[in-house]
Amino acid sequence: MKTVLKDPPKDVVKALEPVIKRYREKKGNTISLLADIQTTFGYIPEDAVDHVSRTLNLSSAEIYGVASFYAMFRFKPEGRNVVRLCRGTACHVQGSWLIGEQVQRHFGIHEGGTTEDGMFSLHYVACLGCCSLAPVMMVNGTVHGRLTPELAVEVLETYRSKA
Amino acid sequence: MDKITVKVGMASCGIAAGARPVLEELQKSLSGRRDVEIKEVGCLGLCFHEPLVEVDNAGKRTVYGEVTPEIARRIISEHIDEGKILEDRAILSTEIDACENKMVDRQVRVVLRNSGHIDPTKIEEYIARQGYDAIKKALSSMTPEEVIEDVLASGLRGRGGAGFPTGLKWKFARGSQSDEKYVVCNADEGDPGAFMDRSVLEGDPHSIIEGMSICGYAIGSTHGVIYCRAEYPLAIKNLSIALVQAREKNLLGKNIMGLGFDFDIYIKEGAGAFVCGEETALMASIEGHRGMPRPRPPFPANRGVYGKPTNINNVETFANIAWIINNGGKAFAAYGTEKSKGSKVFALAGKISKGGLVEVPMGMPIRDVIFDIGGGIPNGKKFKAVQLGGPSGGCLPESMLDTPVDYESINATGAIMGSGGMVVMDEDTCIVDVAKFFLTFVQNESCGKCPFCRIGTKRMLEILERICAGKGKPEDLDTLEGMAYKVKDGSLCGLGQTAPNPVLTTLKYFREEYEAHIKEKRCPAKVCTALIHYTIDPEKCIGCIKCARQCPVNAISGEIKKLHVIDQDVCVRCGQCIKVCPVKAISVE
Repeated sequence: MKTVLKDPPKDVVKALEPVIKRYREKKGNTISLLADIQTTFGYIPEDAVDHVSRTLNLSSAEIYGVASFYAMFRFKPEGRNVVRLCRGTACHVQGSWLIGEQVQRHFGIHEGGTTEDGMFSLHYVACLGCCSLAPVMMVNGTVHGRLTPELAVEVLETYRSKA
Repeated sequence: MDKITVKVGMASCGIAAGARPVLEELQKSLSGRRDVEIKEVGCLGLCFHEPLVEVDNAGKRTVYGEVTPEIARRIISEHIDEGKILEDRAILSTEIDACENKMVDRQVRVVLRNSGHIDPTKIEEYIARQGYDAIKKALSSMTPEEVIEDVLASGLRGRGGAGFPTGLKWKFARGSQSDEKYVVCNADEGDPGAFMDRSVLEGDPHSIIEGMSICGYAIGSTHGVIYCRAEYPLAIKNLSIALVQAREKNLLGKNIMGLGFDFDIYIKEGAGAFVCGEETALMASIEGHRGMPRPRPPFPANRGVYGKPTNINNVETFANIAWIINNGGKAFAAYGTEKSKGSKVFALAGKISKGGLVEVPMGMPIRDVIFDIGGGIPNGKKFKAVQLGGPSGGCLPESMLDTPVDYESINATGAIMGSGGMVVMDEDTCIVDVAKFFLTFVQNESCGKCPFCRIGTKRMLEILERICAGKGKPEDLDTLEGMAYKVKDGSLCGLGQTAPNPVLTTLKYFREEYEAHIKEKRCPAKVCTALIHYTIDPEKCIGCIKCARQCPVNAISGEIKKLHVIDQDVCVRCGQCIKVCPVKAISVE
């Protein structure tokens, strides 16, 4: 039978070696597998899914099914700084939507998108659990609290100047 | 001489509020001093005063709030060196009458007994506070049945929200015959507005490990899984450290403490899906699948993770267990009401003066929690509603504030206890907007399995969006209500069945606000952007151009010293101009 899949690029195969090794004998670890792929590449590339699917004998439909179900997985590369704006209840009643609008306007991005220069990606997330400091946002794992629209932009600009 | 201990609150919220520079300052200024020890501790619950620093001098304890590196230096020079408490900065003290002493006096600390007091990354500190005594007691002097009896006697009910008696759940799991069983800790705290589980996981991870081990012994299981959401990186880190330390001390693993019981735990990280907090979805996710719920029965006690009998409890439930075994079920049952025993942790957030974590005996009126402990509403605003139980709960008005916090009383109002989030709203919050907010949330998080939840919540959301946009029709409210009941009845899991609760409770208690949106095209709280506009009073405007400079979309025209005008077509109604106007010339209608 003729295979319809192209051979994945060599660098993808190489980068996936440790991941494949880790999951070869383990079943039921699709989520951790995907998390490791995302850590390796910064997102879930199609080539990586093809390769993993063939080597680990998992259907790529199943891998995509799981990946698309969970909010954490991305199919596109992220910006250099990932901004997670909390849209939980406490942040909402403290006006987090205004922060979201201001950040979108200022950086010219949409929720889920990345700035043209690849500097920032913006995501809205359900709750970061820092409700008493609402409104909050997380930038690359650091939580910034007690924000206002202006302050949020200011904080993000410091990330730009750090780069 | 006893060492003086300086504790710095380094939970996620403390770090976010700026605890790290404070810690670094203390480490720098105190380096080389043998009489002082610095500890990184978890969350004390007084989140509104973060960053927190505590000075503990042989049991004489004083907590300082809003600490900056400068204040940290003052704490060293005045308190530590000269023994003088900084009275202007102390918020809690065993020595002086500090501002928050009263707030803490009304609380009971069972779940939060260690959080904020111990360094969560050092097992010795947990052990020094009766840690792992309970598992030792259970293994050496109690049969599994006796453990279950004690938990039953405590009256402890599931703290995840549903309130099922924990002892009974364990009894079912024990009764299930199988070569393998699982103990699962549900640490997928997804309710927006709730963060008590995060605090316990970050600040006292060993209490979860001990609670799960006791459960394992009681139901006859050797495998534990903690399913933790990926949004809590510090919780996962501290848990991982705790697991390694517990194994090193043979408090986990084979033949625990030489008492013939095997038990080990691993962590499974979630990947961002609210529905995974539902137990059958959570189990699917542990197995690596899409986290979609399935019908029950079979219940997890019969058929759970990998088809094996499984007992699932929430973080807070497990955090109670060691205390119950140490002190006896009766001591726990002494707190609370007839049907809801013990204490409950609430996360106070929103428009409240003293946001944070509080643990109170069950049965305390909501009013006392919000006003006596939480300090009421800031900035002289009026209380409007309190949202209980997250997206599955509801909003209660002023008239319901005397409802005691127990499962039955809260359920009777149409809200639910839930995991314990209390988000307070003031007069500036639009209730219709809040209902829309929650429906947007459940709509996003619906797994899509049941049409009622998938499509029903979407149609309901469309109606709410229409109402907020000023295009509501008089019959909308009846349609909304009818649909809400259908979604409730037609959905498979808890998420769908409770998704309409925020709409139903707000319709019940705040119907006039919906009607104002529909009939008068007016948003009383002045939130819904389609129903408000900003205007500049020509009498008051001094032409300072501050507002024009602040406006993010350049909707304000006017030169210096001349009257400014807002272009309504361009204005995005963000309200930033109001904040900067020095003469209060801008108003919102």
